[in-house]
Amino acid sequence: MRSSWAGATMPGCSCVTESVHRLVPAARLTKWLVSGPPFLFLLLFFVMPSVIMVLASFRYPGEFGGLAPLAATDPGVLQGVTLETYQFFFSDPIYGQVFVKSIFMALSTTLICLTMAYPLALLIARSPKKSRDLMVLLVILPFASNFLIRVYAWMIVLGPQSALSQMVNGFLQWFGIAPVHLLFSPFAVLIAMVYVHLPFMVLPLYTNLEKHDPSLLDAAQDLGANAWQRFWRVTFPLSLPGIFSGSALVFIPVLGMFAIPDILGGTGDMLIGNLIKEQFLGTRDWPFGSTLSIMLTIAVLLIAWFTARVAGHRGSYA
Amino acid sequence: MAQLEIRNVTRRFGDFVAVNDVSLSIEAGEFFTLLGPSGCGKTTILRMIAGFDLPDAGQILLDGKDLADTPAEKRPIHTVFQSYALFPHMTVAQNIAFPLRMARRPATEIENMTREILEQVYLTDKASAYPHELSGGQKQRVALARGLVNRPRLLLLDEPLGALDAKLREEMQIDLINLQRDVGVTFVFVTHAQVEALALSHRIAVMDQGKVEQVDEPAKLYGLPKTRFVADFIGHINQLEAQVVESAHGHLRLAVDGLGEIIAPPLKDAAVGTKGVFAIRPEQVRIGVHGEMEELKNHFSGVVHNLLYRGEVSVYKVELANGAIIEALLPNSAPGRAELFKVGDAVKLGWRHDAGMFLRD
Repeated sequence: MRSSWAGATMPGCSCVTESVHRLVPAARLTKWLVSGPPFLFLLLFFVMPSVIMVLASFRYPGEFGGLAPLAATDPGVLQGVTLETYQFFFSDPIYGQVFVKSIFMALSTTLICLTMAYPLALLIARSPKKSRDLMVLLVILPFASNFLIRVYAWMIVLGPQSALSQMVNGFLQWFGIAPVHLLFSPFAVLIAMVYVHLPFMVLPLYTNLEKHDPSLLDAAQDLGANAWQRFWRVTFPLSLPGIFSGSALVFIPVLGMFAIPDILGGTGDMLIGNLIKEQFLGTRDWPFGSTLSIMLTIAVLLIAWFTARVAGHRGSYA
Repeated sequence: MAQLEIRNVTRRFGDFVAVNDVSLSIEAGEFFTLLGPSGCGKTTILRMIAGFDLPDAGQILLDGKDLADTPAEKRPIHTVFQSYALFPHMTVAQNIAFPLRMARRPATEIENMTREILEQVYLTDKASAYPHELSGGQKQRVALARGLVNRPRLLLLDEPLGALDAKLREEMQIDLINLQRDVGVTFVFVTHAQVEALALSHRIAVMDQGKVEQVDEPAKLYGLPKTRFVADFIGHINQLEAQVVESAHGHLRLAVDGLGEIIAPPLKDAAVGTKGVFAIRPEQVRIGVHGEMEELKNHFSGVVHNLLYRGEVSVYKVELANGAIIEALLPNSAPGRAELFKVGDAVKLGWRHDAGMFLRD
């Protein structure tokens, strides 16, 4: 009896959905008209360049930038297809070191942004509805001025003649410690990275926290949880999706950032972004630049995959 | 000594007095209901018992101890919220174990107590499901189990059946009665649905505009309401403006404008000339043709104005000589009974001299 029921309903069901699809060709056309242009845009300007880059990484560099020809025109000129760039990448430990340093920088920036953004997002989310919009506006207000200007401003703030530098060094002198340079240091890079990316952490966190049902906290308190337990057992686990998206929005751009280390970092503070930029604009080795870029993408995907696996275990309720 | 005592509690929000000098005492093991329309202050009282709000004046005592300085998380009182407030990131078992973990019970005890209460609410097979995978009734039972698992002194229920459909609500009412009897925990139930309150409670406090109008057992509340508000709020009742013309030991004689006199049950201290209403339940009013009602002390002629067929009963709305509409309930147990009268028929209404009541203004 039961099985015949199941057998009877299943094909019937699919019939209905099929006929619905057949009945509305106009709706399908609309769907394509709406999603077609952005799809085409991404195909042309993201997928194609990525493919070109992968192909380029197996080529030789051209004499004045660009790529060497595939087929011989001049004997004695490097040509054809090669794995040389990859061999080069893995043979010199300096590149691995730059990767590790960049990942460490991106991780530190993400963690600092998270610890600074969380209380702020929580404060906004728990403020009266009227003042929330104003506070969100204040968070995104820095975007109103140019990114480079904001980074250059840190040169003044951290410069040796700045009040901040003099205060810090005066303080260090008090304890008999030699004065330090704030500018052109990993510290300067980190502080500017945090400064620039903080809103990208605040916004997704706020969006998540704002949706929490306040009655859950009432229930937790009612059932015996103190303020600390209410945060760690209710608010924090429920905000994990916000933490993950905020972290991705900070971690990934920081990993590829070259402008901030260029402006505020010292000579030894080269990150992957600078390295890649250097290959294309400086040494004009496009294939190696492509290789570095591909390795960066692989690193990001690996980290994302790992995070998703960890998150999948905890966040399966959503 | 009562288990929970509310002494002269007042709570104001600005100029609005949400709870006005309310005193109640609730006994251990009781199923006590706060009943009233929305905004009557019943939820405010519940929040003050739970510890989410504090009275501006008065005291709340649990087992004789003032709760004023005990924060919500330290009170041995749990709440079942209207929205259930189940933790979406925890399984059913984790939700139920939450209060046990907060109380730092040993792991084996947590496991045993959780399993036991899961059985009691018939959710053993849903232990590892997440709240979003449950139906409304199942969520409701998880919320109940979570509130009861740690054996609180008091369980507060804030309109917990409000979100369920009618049929499920009736099933849950029976489950609630059984569960409360089994666990023996005192229940304080808040609702605006009088049917629910009558069906579930040992005692009901009817509230209006921040004040308690009457505290009584369901049958007394329904049969002997003390105020016009209670009479009107609980069930249906017919009301006729009346004035006392004779107050005897055994009965009351009332005059109704344009209708005549009514013999009603006696009321203490009802002096001649007192104004008020005569109130009588529709099921106490009998309806018939001329000549059938003469043996009753109160009988009046009228015309059937409306007829509502409700399945098990028919409700006749009969217009009397003075223009007042009186409802009479006639069970449809006999075949063809509903066809007895039609709109426009001249009928007789009658009721016994000891039916109904006089309520002073």
